[in-house]
Amino acid sequence: MPDATFKIFRGDRDGGELYEYKVPIAPGMVVLDALHYIQAHDAPDLAVRWNCKAGKCGSCSAEVNGRPRLTCKTRLDALPLDQPITVQPMKSFPVLKDLVTDVSWNYRVNKKIPPFTPRPNVEWKMDQREVDRVQEFRKCIECFLCQNVCHVLRDHEKQEQFGGPRFFVRIAGLEMHPLDGLSRTELLKEELGIGLCNITKCCTEVCPEDIHITDNAIIPLKERVVDDFYDPVRWFLRKLSGKKH
Amino acid sequence: MAESRTATVRSGFGVTMRRDAWWVELIPVVVILGAFTVYATWRTFENNYYEFGPYLSPFYSPLIKPKWWPLSPAILILWAPLGFRATCYYYRKAYYRAFFLDPPGCAVGESHPHRYSGETRFPFILQNLHRYFLYVAIVFLFILWYDAIAAFWFPSATGKHFGIGIGSLVLLVNIILLTGYTLSCHSLRHIVGGNVDCFSCVVAGGPRHGAWRGVSFLNERHMLFAWLSLISVGLADLYVRLVASGAIADLRLL
Repeated sequence: MPDATFKIFRGDRDGGELYEYKVPIAPGMVVLDALHYIQAHDAPDLAVRWNCKAGKCGSCSAEVNGRPRLTCKTRLDALPLDQPITVQPMKSFPVLKDLVTDVSWNYRVNKKIPPFTPRPNVEWKMDQREVDRVQEFRKCIECFLCQNVCHVLRDHEKQEQFGGPRFFVRIAGLEMHPLDGLSRTELLKEELGIGLCNITKCCTEVCPEDIHITDNAIIPLKERVVDDFYDPVRWFLRKLSGKKH
Repeated sequence: MAESRTATVRSGFGVTMRRDAWWVELIPVVVILGAFTVYATWRTFENNYYEFGPYLSPFYSPLIKPKWWPLSPAILILWAPLGFRATCYYYRKAYYRAFFLDPPGCAVGESHPHRYSGETRFPFILQNLHRYFLYVAIVFLFILWYDAIAAFWFPSATGKHFGIGIGSLVLLVNIILLTGYTLSCHSLRHIVGGNVDCFSCVVAGGPRHGAWRGVSFLNERHMLFAWLSLISVGLADLYVRLVASGAIADLRLL
């Protein structure tokens, strides 16, 4: 059985470097299998976060050959094995140890979002076509690969002003919910900085759940923000009618 | 972020651990969009060879030539389709990546540090007016459809008679692609039904849901229509220019 060479980041928030490991290849093997092999045979202290190994828990996110991926869904036979495979932690989050990052910033952003708030006296009945539209957003497994690849967070480090694609997906699910009665456009504009997104679609490209983040969540939310804050005709009509939204 | 981050991946322009040729996808955008911009600018100011028989170049339609305007009539109208494309959600992605390199590719480093305000400040905050360019673009669609139909009616001694020239087909294909591009617009998708949360609670919810689904179907192909219509409008103008200048003869099929 041929070996694959892995270069894996070992270190913590103070620094680290890539260490080389040899792993025998088996049919159907994924990168997470290789990490487990290295843990079992070469480096029992290698820190890797994982849980389901089935692409559903969103725990094993990392950067494989520079691309944000779930290591449990990245097959070795899809990678060029003539060169070392690099595995690094997500760049946008602080490293705790090796491949494990501190993603707690995401949970702090999540707390800013008002939860589902039904309209007063709403009838608890939903039309299937309305459910179909928001169902896509419920597929998110919170792997945070979209947050990691988003250049607003990754390169510009706007964590204090920007919510990131994952939370625009969550808000889209709430805003388009047929029974929800709350508007979150002001939150989107002021606190979560949706205007900072320049829709370059990297979030959509890396989503392992194939959620059309940009087209179905971010752009529709941007349009709703335009409705409430930038459309001069709607602004005039709101002034005439006295309505806020 | 408050916490310090370990430099697991170095920052800096073009820095990445990606092995693939991520820069390849920038090349067609730079070449096609750049070539179109140069050609369209030249044609706008050329102010000649935009009409031949029943054909009118889409760069000059509607043809408005007020006496007080000494320059090319194209300048009076091209702001509308230009604004529609410049604020288009697809083209924004394309030119932010290919021309502004912000970012040059996914998980590829940018020039660092530089000020970044996304679409929150002038001039990019004006991207929020895309829907108004859409409204104007829809008016242009009607005008260009008129032109395309008129391109099948050739002048003769007894009036106009039906015929088919290569130019007729060029203008027809062009307007079909422009229609696909306009009707697949993200703002249109929002306006026809995307802004509705509860289709069963609003007036005409069924038709609005149907319209939203229809535009959504086209919207999935928005990038395709964006490129095809950009190329077709450029080629349609080029064809009219070539026949109007006498460089080629218009082949009549009927």
